[in-house]
Amino acid sequence: MLVVKDLHVSVEGKEILKGLDLTINKGEVHAIMGPNGAGKSTLSSVIAGKDGYEVTAGTITYKGEDVLEMAVEERARAGLLLGFQYPVEIPGVKNVYLLKAALNAKREAEGLGEIPAPEFMKLIREKLAFMQMDASFLQRAVNEGFSGGEKKRNEILQMLVLEPKLVMLDEIDSGLDIDALKVVAKGVNSLRNEDRAVLMVTHYQRLLEHIVPDHIHVLIDGRIVKSGDKSLALELEAHGYDWLQEETA
Amino acid sequence: MASQEMEQLVQREYKQGFVTDIESDTIPPGLDESVIRFISAKKGEPEWMLEWRLDAYQQWLKMKAPSWAHLNYPDIDYQAISYFSAPKRPEDRPQSLDEVDPKLLETYEKLGIPLHERAALAGVAVDAVFDSVSVTTTFKKELSEAGVIFCSISDAIKDYPDLIKQYLGSVVPKADNYFTALNAAVFTDGSFVFVPEGVTCPMELSTYFRINAANTGQFERTLIICEKQAQVSYLEGCTAPQRDENQLHAAVVELVALEDAYIKYSTVQNWYPGDEDGKGGIYNFVTKRADCRGDRSKVSWTQVETGSAITWKYPSCILRGKDSVGEFYSVAVTNGRQQADTGTKMIHIGEGTKSTIVSKGISAGNSEQSYRGLVKIGPRAKGARNFTQCDSLLIGDRCGAHTFPYQEIGNATATVEHEATTSKIGEDQLFYCRQRGISEEDAVNMIVNGFCKDVFQELPMEFAVEAEALLNVTLEGAVG
Amino acid sequence: MTALATAPVPGSEAFTSEFAARKPRFSADPSWMAARRQAGIARFEALGLPTRKVEAWKYTDTQSLGRQAYQLADDATLSSAVMDELALAIDAYRLVFVDGLYNAELSDVAGLPDTVRVVPLSHAILHQPEVVGGSLNRLTGIDFTPFVALNSAFTEEGAVIQVGPRTVLDKPVYALFISRAAVDGQPVTMSHPRLLMQLGSRAEASVIEHHIGETGATNFTNLVAEVMLERGAVLNHYKLGEAATGETHIASVQVEQPRDSQYRSVNLNTGGGLVRNDIVCDLNGNNAHARLDGLFFGRDRQHVDTHTLVNHNEALTFSDENYKGILADRARGVFNGRVLVKRDSQKIEAHQNNANLLLSDRAEINTKPELEIYADDVKCSHGTTTGQLDEGAVFALRARGIDEQTARGLLTLAFANEVMTGLGIDAIAERIERSVAGRLPSRFHLDELVDLSVELAGGTVAVARDEDFA
Repeated sequence: MLVVKDLHVSVEGKEILKGLDLTINKGEVHAIMGPNGAGKSTLSSVIAGKDGYEVTAGTITYKGEDVLEMAVEERARAGLLLGFQYPVEIPGVKNVYLLKAALNAKREAEGLGEIPAPEFMKLIREKLAFMQMDASFLQRAVNEGFSGGEKKRNEILQMLVLEPKLVMLDEIDSGLDIDALKVVAKGVNSLRNEDRAVLMVTHYQRLLEHIVPDHIHVLIDGRIVKSGDKSLALELEAHGYDWLQEETA
Repeated sequence: MASQEMEQLVQREYKQGFVTDIESDTIPPGLDESVIRFISAKKGEPEWMLEWRLDAYQQWLKMKAPSWAHLNYPDIDYQAISYFSAPKRPEDRPQSLDEVDPKLLETYEKLGIPLHERAALAGVAVDAVFDSVSVTTTFKKELSEAGVIFCSISDAIKDYPDLIKQYLGSVVPKADNYFTALNAAVFTDGSFVFVPEGVTCPMELSTYFRINAANTGQFERTLIICEKQAQVSYLEGCTAPQRDENQLHAAVVELVALEDAYIKYSTVQNWYPGDEDGKGGIYNFVTKRADCRGDRSKVSWTQVETGSAITWKYPSCILRGKDSVGEFYSVAVTNGRQQADTGTKMIHIGEGTKSTIVSKGISAGNSEQSYRGLVKIGPRAKGARNFTQCDSLLIGDRCGAHTFPYQEIGNATATVEHEATTSKIGEDQLFYCRQRGISEEDAVNMIVNGFCKDVFQELPMEFAVEAEALLNVTLEGAVG
Repeated sequence: MTALATAPVPGSEAFTSEFAARKPRFSADPSWMAARRQAGIARFEALGLPTRKVEAWKYTDTQSLGRQAYQLADDATLSSAVMDELALAIDAYRLVFVDGLYNAELSDVAGLPDTVRVVPLSHAILHQPEVVGGSLNRLTGIDFTPFVALNSAFTEEGAVIQVGPRTVLDKPVYALFISRAAVDGQPVTMSHPRLLMQLGSRAEASVIEHHIGETGATNFTNLVAEVMLERGAVLNHYKLGEAATGETHIASVQVEQPRDSQYRSVNLNTGGGLVRNDIVCDLNGNNAHARLDGLFFGRDRQHVDTHTLVNHNEALTFSDENYKGILADRARGVFNGRVLVKRDSQKIEAHQNNANLLLSDRAEINTKPELEIYADDVKCSHGTTTGQLDEGAVFALRARGIDEQTARGLLTLAFANEVMTGLGIDAIAERIERSVAGRLPSRFHLDELVDLSVELAGGTVAVARDEDFA
């Protein structure tokens, strides 16, 4: 589904990713772990198309298409959706408005017409209930004045509505208490199916107890230094990253 | 996002640029007493009105155009302007919509104002001003049953001379400033509204203004009076066709609110702004003022300004009555080479008076925009309060956004607060929306509309929809 | 137009006649100085005193200054006892000026490091022209305002403060300007001091400018300060205005800030009949930072006007401004804070706040925070509030046994607290406290009481925003 080959990325002249390889197939859940500053967030940002990241070498293909040639919104419409670590506040723009605009943009790309209002409201209500969110969320401005937990739930709500093919989660667990984490995990787990893949970036093993990955990759200094199954997380929990850093040194 | 991509988007065309080919009865350019006599005679005015005009003209001759605004435009040649233009057959004006020149109706269609639909479906009485003379008035009957007078100011001068004598120029004196003096001398038409004591006007009143004939200055004069406990909501929309030359528009609006009266005055202004090089466009010098004479009276100005090459406009409230309330909600958008110097004045005279100012300015392209406001608290305005919020959004790095809020506070029991911010559309906000699949242009519109939300929610429903659409058209591609 | 040009501008004769009469006084001027003086008087003659039609003088009428006669002081005699009574008790390098003239006996700059120069201007003009010749007037020119032109014509004294590169001055420099009580029947004493402050790269210094008048002084003081910082220099510029109520004080400060420099102005004014301060900062290099703090406290018929202008001429420049005004009786305050962001000055941040407290029905404030922005990637904000003391807080303090006057004094002080905390020099803070709140018992306790009263009253001391406003 998604193939990253020998990816080199610089930010303001400084190389962050130094030859990263990663293949994600349909139905798989991948977790990228690593110490701070290893380039974890850079990877998801580059796949999503954020400005300020310069790809100096390597390729990213999604279903055989060159992702780097696609505009940000094209990537999103094709199903590459990023759950932000720090969702931005947009004053005055209601959540419901953003959701509708995003959903219709996707439907248009798929050759479907605008979603009829009753159908849309029914869909949203269902997803809100699933995420244990109050309907008043819809009338509030996007992320404005939201607590950390509310922001993250809102990210997952958008995923549930937009049904991406590749769910990317950038430190979705940061700033969440255990109850909020469970709700977020429930949302992500509900998205799991044989056609859909998940790529999550995290610093902590905690998240992986709730969203159990098929593959774990350890990212250190811009490269994946070790890959394994979920048991790798426990090893990291026990030994930290130092033993891997020493191993690669 | 790539900035050249944004630059590309800064192309837009004026969607209302077309000229209606109706034979006009226009006098040659130039201004002297004979022109004023011509206008007055043409409108069949009484002698006292002519005297009033001539007096204004004499004062105008001694005055100078104001230069304090943050605006830059060549001197206006007042002798090159034609001061009267009326559609033909003025003596034989259509009595119903069916009789209206179909071309005129077509014009309104192009403007997106389906007159019959609007009138019939929305229950709005439209006093359409085409160039200078009122062409048709609908719903007059329903209004008159409620005791509301809604007619052209020309008719009012003839039919209600006592009201006109009492109120005309009582809020904005003839020689208040250079442009009001000119307007008083040569105004050709405008609206008159009188809502008697205790009456809530049964429908929203609406007037669409257009400047059509080339080289024609348009000088309307509007007067709205609400007696005790009366209420009215008045909508004013303006557009003008596209022309190379600059056209002058110097209007005067006077509102009088007596005890417990409430006047809501909403404007959507979309005069032709000139092309992207600054060629053509309307020079809009407008004086709008409300006098809250009665206790507990309230006036609310709401404006969405997207047009004109030059805007000079400060809708104001004189809060004379005890506990009277003034409000000003404004969205101003400038793009291309537009320049706007606009804001409000809240003059607190009476005890317990309150005012709220919410101004949202969006500058794009090479435009310059200034908010200029005055909050004055007089010595007798015990317990007066003002809250001002004034935000600017910049799109692109060739435009300017300025804030000049004057506060003159002469009472220790007054509370005055002013907040202002200037920012640009956040790259991170744009990225967030695009990462949800929303196109850049839609994302900008969404963010800008969100920025203006506080004002849009003050607009009457049908206007709000139009205002949003207008904003999107104006900003089409103005991403920076 | 020619007819207009030759007609005398009203209000200038009072000064031009004194200038003509005092020609011999300036005879020792080096030729470059004489030329600048001539240019100054010519410029002032052309401009005259500003009228209220000029936007920058909309709320301050200076025309009355043209309706009285002036004289320059001829001696600087003052007993050290009088000075001690008026001066701040601080350990500093001190220059003392009496009615604008330098008093060597009262001054003390002993122990200055070799890399630092603190000398009276008259001395520098005569003996070290190379030190001041280039920099004098460089920032203000002569046409900055009519008053700068006037100062250029008459200036003969002031302080030259030069700190060499990388020198961190151990003690503040204290420039004390004392006005003596007026003698009946004599023309008004005027002075036109000039301050020249130059800090080399990464130099750090604090300068205290203190203006104080004996009771009964009626001086007209027209000061110009030029501040030139080099890369990375840090200057704290305190100004304490305690002129007598019969005095007029006008000051124009122009600051030039290159890369990494920091200028902090603390402008505190409690005195003077008519006071006007103009402060202009030019932020010319990345990471230059201007911080302008101020407090003005007016009583009786005092008129205190402050105009500040921060020019963000370069990208990545920063300014913060915080002015508080307290006005009692029939005092009038004017605050005009302007921030100008030039085209392409991206990534700047400018924040401005002005809060005013009106203590009397007849007090008046005219405030105008202006933003003029020509770049888009900026974060700018300004806010102003004007209100009165929270009566709930007054009550809460009284309920704790504090008399009403003290309670009001305390709360007024609390309002000024933001400017007062972090002032850095206790002697100045105490002066201000005394003048705003009267003599108070020990400070420590009172802070707590103020906090408590605010808490009890359930609100802040300054006016709070009301949700159901309008």
